Amino acid sequence: MLHEPAAQSGKDHAASYKMRLGVWMFLVYALLYGGFVVQNVLSPVAMEKPVALGMNVAVMYGFGLIVFALILALIYTVMCSRKEQELDAQASKEGNH
Amino acid sequence: MAIMVFLLFVGLVLFLSFYLGRRTKSASGYYAAGGSIHWSVNGIAFAGDYLSAASFLGICGMIATVGYDGFLYSIGYLAGWIVALFIVAEPMKRLGKYTFTDALDSKFDSRGIKLAAAVSTLIVSVCYLIPQMVGAGVLVEPLLGMPHAVGVIIVGAIVITIVATAGMTSTTYVQFLKGGMLIIFSLILVVAVCVRGLSTAPAQMAPGKEGKTPFHEPQALAAVDQGGAMVPADSAWQIVERQESKAPKASLAKLAHAGQTSWWKLDTKDGVPMFLETQWVAVGASGEKIINGAPASPQNQLRYVGNIESLQGRTGPETATGSISPFRFLALVGDKDTLIRRWASATFADAAGDKVTVYFPNFTPGNLVLRPGLKYKLEDSTPLQKLDFISLMLALFCGTAALPHILIRYYTVPSPACARKSTIVAIAAIGFFYILTLFMGLGAMVNGVVNLTDNNMSAPLLAKSFGTLLFAIISAIAFATVLGTVSGLIVAASGAVAHDLMDRFAGVTMNEKQKVRAGKTAAFVIGILAIFLGILFKEMNVNFLVGLAFAVAASANLPAIIMLLFWKRTTALGITASIVVGILTALTLILLSPSMYKQYGWDPLTAPVPFDNPGFVSIPLSFITLVLVSLMTNQRTAKTK
Repeated sequence: MLHEPAAQSGKDHAASYKMRLGVWMFLVYALLYGGFVVQNVLSPVAMEKPVALGMNVAVMYGFGLIVFALILALIYTVMCSRKEQELDAQASKEGNH
Repeated sequence: MAIMVFLLFVGLVLFLSFYLGRRTKSASGYYAAGGSIHWSVNGIAFAGDYLSAASFLGICGMIATVGYDGFLYSIGYLAGWIVALFIVAEPMKRLGKYTFTDALDSKFDSRGIKLAAAVSTLIVSVCYLIPQMVGAGVLVEPLLGMPHAVGVIIVGAIVITIVATAGMTSTTYVQFLKGGMLIIFSLILVVAVCVRGLSTAPAQMAPGKEGKTPFHEPQALAAVDQGGAMVPADSAWQIVERQESKAPKASLAKLAHAGQTSWWKLDTKDGVPMFLETQWVAVGASGEKIINGAPASPQNQLRYVGNIESLQGRTGPETATGSISPFRFLALVGDKDTLIRRWASATFADAAGDKVTVYFPNFTPGNLVLRPGLKYKLEDSTPLQKLDFISLMLALFCGTAALPHILIRYYTVPSPACARKSTIVAIAAIGFFYILTLFMGLGAMVNGVVNLTDNNMSAPLLAKSFGTLLFAIISAIAFATVLGTVSGLIVAASGAVAHDLMDRFAGVTMNEKQKVRAGKTAAFVIGILAIFLGILFKEMNVNFLVGLAFAVAASANLPAIIMLLFWKRTTALGITASIVVGILTALTLILLSPSMYKQYGWDPLTAPVPFDNPGFVSIPLSFITLVLVSLMTNQRTAKTK
């Protein structure tokens, strides 16, 4: 039986760039998520402090983590797509030469 | 009408499956939809896969009973997608073919990896299947008036039919449809909750009855000290028996009045000692069930509960807010002067030898409801309790990227870029839905719709408080949620058996048609197993069960995926060992945990493992095993050379 991806795609020139970027973004988010966990463990009472619109730290931090995940994901995909286009164009130019 | 809407929706799902299934002839079509699904459809299908019965029924049910601690699951589940997107999505797409095992084994061609990864996929899928099946039974009970077991069997039969006739293409479109509708109707429900606003006397739903019933204002009797013991101030009420519950702590008393007896909780209300009305179930030696003093029947069930006792310190009809914004809703519920009547239970054998379960009110200030601590004790807690919490959050964060039925969805799109884009659509859809869960859960908590014996139905019952149509639609979507998720899981599990074990591990020569047939046969067997387990785990919160499945996935699969991608010295034996150690440790710790002891009917305090969430032991152990075994096997290889 052949053993290759179900759908074929061309060479990914930006693979290493995307992996590096992904790791950095993961670390940024993990830090924020870790902060949330640590804050809950060390000072759960502080989580009930009102912050804005009558909502407390727990709700704002929780919503913030969800929204921040989406923002990071969007930044990631824009940067990856840009790099893919740039490197693909470069590769095809080199191929033409 | 509820049944009609429900059947219509389920019929549509089945039609779609059969229609799309006719086109599935190849193995690639069955397991990976031919790699031809558009990324935006796949993104919503991801949401459909991920927003399982646990997300919808379990999280809302948990929030309805323990407030913010239930919302922690929403935060953790969503955060897990970050690991999936940034670390796993594209490399997995590049490495794999149909299954997670393909990706892990792509560099080594090792029989050990094939076997371990396939078994891991099977175990994780089955662990994840249990809560879905439990959720199915829970839904069918109030909607169609059928017993839990019948609901589980119906879902099992439908799903086996779906999977056996179609595969990944139909599963994807069913998930797309269901994911989209789940988000839209959840939003409608949240809008309805905000438009209704808050009050201290919400109109209630009554089990077994159509339409709303007036709010049942629980009674309270004044108590006085008589020789060091509290007794009712009104001498027409006499104490017959007393019981002290240790966990949760409560002083309970059986009172006799006008020839009838009932259980009450001794508590203080506004600083005054009172006997508070409870609800109770007594089961006699002959098996006769008495609910609140009368024989159990479809008309005599435990009342649904949950209401605001005082809103920012005020009580009475004038406290009704009318329509409020979502922010105001959260601010009012979370106010320190808002008092919420939550319910706990204690089970004991009474003086007559009957098994009695008393459900009693606990008044909780809003500020405690909207911060962690009601389920996971964090304030004045022991280091072990803190570790249990950290362990849960770790498993939720690491589990998503290790779930086989999520990983196989990366193979249904044409390219790594599409895998990335569909993940982003999924994060947006799932994140939005998870924000809604907080409103749905709290809405159920304060609108008198919480079922005391099974909180999983909180969100559908909240919908029922707005009318039968919304209830029917929400229930049908939730049912389709179960169908879709179970289909995805069974495709993943059958892939593990037919593709990984039979084809790649055992080397059974099969043509494309035979491979699909093998997958369908495996789907049938796994479906039957899921039905059996779904009946066995009745009444457990489905979200809690999913949390455990995440812990198994994170322990067994994630270390192998991460190290394969980022550590060049990883060996085949290292991966195999880490999967085996991850599964065994996580499963052993779970099976010996207090929650499972409770499930076996044993005293949770005697459980040998003092915590519920195994992640903080099993995940690092799996990583360490991989590193040590890889280093050892690397050395051996070097010496041989």
